[in-house]
Amino acid sequence: MSALLRAERISKAYGGVHALDGCTVVVQAGSITALIGPNGSGKTTLFNVITGYDRPDAGEVYYGGNKITGASPQRVFGAGIGRTFQLTRIFPRLTVLENMIVASQYTGEAYRFRNPLARAGGPADRHRAMELLEFTGIAGHAGKLAGTLSYGQRKLLELSYVLVADPAIVLLDEPAGGVNPSLINQLAERIRELNAAGKTFLIVEHNMEFVMGLCHHIAVLDYGTIVATGPPSVIRNDPRVLDAYLGTAEDDAEARDDGAG
Amino acid sequence: MSSATAGSAAQAGTAAAPLLPPGARSVNLTRTGVFVLLLAVSIVFPLAVTNQSANSIAFQTLIFVCAAAAWNIFSGYSGYIALGHAVFFGSGAYAAGIAAEHWHVTGGTEFVLLPLAAAVAALIAVPFGLIALRVRRHTFVVITIAIFFIFQLMAFNLNGVTNGTIGLNAPFLLWDPVTFDQRFYYIALGLALATIGLSWLIKGSRFGLQLRAIRDDEDRAASLGVRAMPVKLTAFVISGAITGLAGGLWFFFIGQVLPQSGFDPLFDLTVALMAFLGGLGTVSGPLLGALIIEPAQQYMTTAFSNSYLSQILLGALFLAVVLFVPRGLIPTITEKAGGWLERRRPAEQAGALAVAKGEKP
Repeated sequence: MSALLRAERISKAYGGVHALDGCTVVVQAGSITALIGPNGSGKTTLFNVITGYDRPDAGEVYYGGNKITGASPQRVFGAGIGRTFQLTRIFPRLTVLENMIVASQYTGEAYRFRNPLARAGGPADRHRAMELLEFTGIAGHAGKLAGTLSYGQRKLLELSYVLVADPAIVLLDEPAGGVNPSLINQLAERIRELNAAGKTFLIVEHNMEFVMGLCHHIAVLDYGTIVATGPPSVIRNDPRVLDAYLGTAEDDAEARDDGAG
Repeated sequence: MSSATAGSAAQAGTAAAPLLPPGARSVNLTRTGVFVLLLAVSIVFPLAVTNQSANSIAFQTLIFVCAAAAWNIFSGYSGYIALGHAVFFGSGAYAAGIAAEHWHVTGGTEFVLLPLAAAVAALIAVPFGLIALRVRRHTFVVITIAIFFIFQLMAFNLNGVTNGTIGLNAPFLLWDPVTFDQRFYYIALGLALATIGLSWLIKGSRFGLQLRAIRDDEDRAASLGVRAMPVKLTAFVISGAITGLAGGLWFFFIGQVLPQSGFDPLFDLTVALMAFLGGLGTVSGPLLGALIIEPAQQYMTTAFSNSYLSQILLGALFLAVVLFVPRGLIPTITEKAGGWLERRRPAEQAGALAVAKGEKP
């Protein structure tokens, strides 16, 4: 396996707060990698740096050997890195299908002249959009305004339209957060299928069951640096991880013991 | 619920894949019917009604149909509320006036200058847009108002170009006074139809979808490959050019342009209100808004010989729209009608849907 995405020694400060401090994350091609860590450890900042929404103060981002540090979100997306947001960013006053067609702008031929007054979404675009909506299970809502979808359905829509451009790697920011359990299972199933078909994933998630069951590789972020990396079985028992992140469970256990005693 | 049942439920929905909400077809049919009726009435209007002041009001209404639809092409679809379109209207009028004077254009040949009025407005829209479109929301609104006042001041003070407070006169038309309004009416009708046609074409197009995506979330649209600035600027220029054309035509009809009539702050508010009343970002909304507001305003101005009264009522209407129909008449009516049709034939539709899904009815 080779590294598809590398973020090397990334630092980013907001005022006096070091959101990222020399953080290095490597995502192997074909893997499902998770990025976990307590709130405020810099996970979303790292996503923003990788996808061009934020510029790092130091460090470089490489995608398939090319440096993409500081490229615009548009270029990063065009290069093959798709991304969803923690608070989903869909187009609420467009229909679900129209959302999909907006995302089909950029399928490698954005700079070729196309008649701007042609009806939005040719048959090929529509067909592809419907296929993906069927894949994620929200095709029945294609004609609805996206703003009327439930929170979980919006997450599925965002995932669907990121897939329109067929990115090589998809970055998911808390895909399971606030989503009902049956949709979480559906989502995990879809990610597995896509991964089997060759897509790479980098996932930020707090739902440990979801992460441990799905991911091949986990990186743990704390105070802007990576404190541990490895497969789920190792991470689960790493004392540094328990300390930084899952440590609260021990504290809780102690607190309970104290309470009982 | 297991994931398997969720999947099968979704697949059942997929087979039908209804792209339009129930009742939408009937609403569309009704809309087409109303439009055809409106078109027929607008064609025979000047033949049936020979009253001169009515024809004059009709002409000015068409100018505003044009201007409101043009404003909506930019502001309605992109969500950037521009309150400086009088810049284009006035510039179109002045461009026609200055060119006519400079080249000694007389009589009917003055209409050749209309494309020039549009071109000048478009040329002004480029730097205007490049400056104003760098900011969003409230800041954008404020900048458009500021640029508008710069233009009004220039019209007042650049005496050599605009003739200052005296203004400019249009070439004299040797048309029969009886058919004078009628001819202008049909030219304006053609322009209004073309603008609404263009608005409709843009709304359903790739370009229109890009604009509407920008309205909902500009940064996200940009990250998905929509080149926001060129898209916004193109819409702004198209909108400005049409407004300039309308300004030129209006100038030939009125026969005179003054800084305060060409660059009129009320124009900015009126076109916006027309679109808001009818439905921002809809094709027919600005048309409906203009058909309601402009005749009412013209009528009140002439009937009460007091323009302040109509201005007060215009302000009151603005408040009423914001309070009671914030989304505008067309979306509200469409939704109500759609819901009514849905309730009226629930059994029929449930049956049709079941058939479409391949289930036994």
